[in-house]
Amino acid sequence: MTTTTRRLDVNRRSGWRSWLGSFFTSDIGMKWMMALTGIGLLAYVLVHMIGNLKIYLGAEDLDHYAEALRTLLYPIVPETGVLWMFRFGLLAMFIIHMWSAIVLALRNRRARGTIRYTAKRQYLAANYANRTMLWGGVIIFLFLVYHIADLTLGMTNPDFVEGAVYHNVITSFQVWWVALIYVVAQIALAFHVYHGAWSVFQSLGMSNPRYDEWRRWMAVVFALALLIGNSSIPIAVQFGLLQVSG
Amino acid sequence: MDVTLRVWRQPDSASEGGFATYEAKGVSEDASFFEMLDMVNERLNDSGEEPIAFDSDCREGICGTCGVMIDGHPHGPQRGTATCQLHMRKFKDGDTIVIEPWRAEAFRVVRDLVVDRSPFDKIIQAGGYISVNVGAAQDANETLIPRPAAEASMDAAACIGCAACVAACPNGAANLFTAAKIAHLGLLPQGQPERYLRTVAMVETMEDYFGSCRNYGECETACPKSISIDVIAWMNRDYVAAQWKNFRKQGQQV
Repeated sequence: MTTTTRRLDVNRRSGWRSWLGSFFTSDIGMKWMMALTGIGLLAYVLVHMIGNLKIYLGAEDLDHYAEALRTLLYPIVPETGVLWMFRFGLLAMFIIHMWSAIVLALRNRRARGTIRYTAKRQYLAANYANRTMLWGGVIIFLFLVYHIADLTLGMTNPDFVEGAVYHNVITSFQVWWVALIYVVAQIALAFHVYHGAWSVFQSLGMSNPRYDEWRRWMAVVFALALLIGNSSIPIAVQFGLLQVSG
Repeated sequence: MDVTLRVWRQPDSASEGGFATYEAKGVSEDASFFEMLDMVNERLNDSGEEPIAFDSDCREGICGTCGVMIDGHPHGPQRGTATCQLHMRKFKDGDTIVIEPWRAEAFRVVRDLVVDRSPFDKIIQAGGYISVNVGAAQDANETLIPRPAAEASMDAAACIGCAACVAACPNGAANLFTAAKIAHLGLLPQGQPERYLRTVAMVETMEDYFGSCRNYGECETACPKSISIDVIAWMNRDYVAAQWKNFRKQGQQV
């Protein structure tokens, strides 16, 4: 049996690295990290959307909600302490998520080889959503930079007033191309989330024929809820249903 | 029926390859795809040309030797079928059929449609076996196997190692093959003693040669045995369990 255990040597990538190191640099380990951070980010976008919908309750409710986020758990923790904790957590999740995606994409490009098929590949299972995960992710990242510059820092909105969230959102979305950017980004997000919400179960090894169909529907509903909920706001502003005075 | 073939020709792995066009006339609808290629080869042979090289052995879909890309479909347009079990009735008279070898960085073209799939052997060598005592055979059914485990294992064991999964994958990943082998052995009682060492060793060997899984599901549709990507999920879970179990046993291994 000695020969067997030597051939099945767990210390192929030796030392302490054999566990943590080889797990986090292996493709499967990276997919785990991508899936776990993906779940965190999915939870975040859902909570963020529910918060956004408070805009339909009026300026007072939305601004009060924003204020509550800043003073969460105050005075137990310093003012905006919890908010910054969330921000750093989200940033860490984004970095891990994107880093895994880039490393794996480069590895896959190498593994695929240089010679491609001449006949057009007839894809049967791969669809638009899962084949555009990488570039969809890039679009979402670029949108995120714009989104923070627009509504958190107020750099691109000349009417920006610190703390007046309702006012800032409306004045920003009244510009037609800003509204368009938001809606397009939500479409990209919906495709990304559709494949992601289905895919996490597979990467974390939780797939089962008994609920595979249910998983597909869950992903559809999740993606559609985000798309409709979030993009309804710029559309409502463009159609004049939400106004500054309101 | 008459068909036109565009076939990848490449004298050896060092040379440049390219497409050559051949006419296959008077092919019976009941001929298998390889019988049609055999006919073309006989004619090439008679006229002193080099016949088209392709892998095939059992021609009954169980050995895993054959496999070519036909019109952008691994093993051709019929699902759950190896190339040797594909028949010409799946094509129409006058069709142009493009035939290419499997494409992946790990698979070197040996000649024409034949690729070197030895990286699969490396994955199997890393742990795709069980160690048993030789000698007198034990009584049948002495090791009890729960029926669901036997069935699930058998589904995975249907893998014939043809590499259509790699050919189908936009990432050149061999996850379906490796996962099928890991699930096949890891679900059975005989596979338990070496289970966690096997999973880590096979996964890491796989990753030395192939790409990663992006959950496209293309491999599943290309597989001549229709093995589900659920086995990949099983491998993903077992790999993490294995890393943890092996970590806790550190110092006991070597």
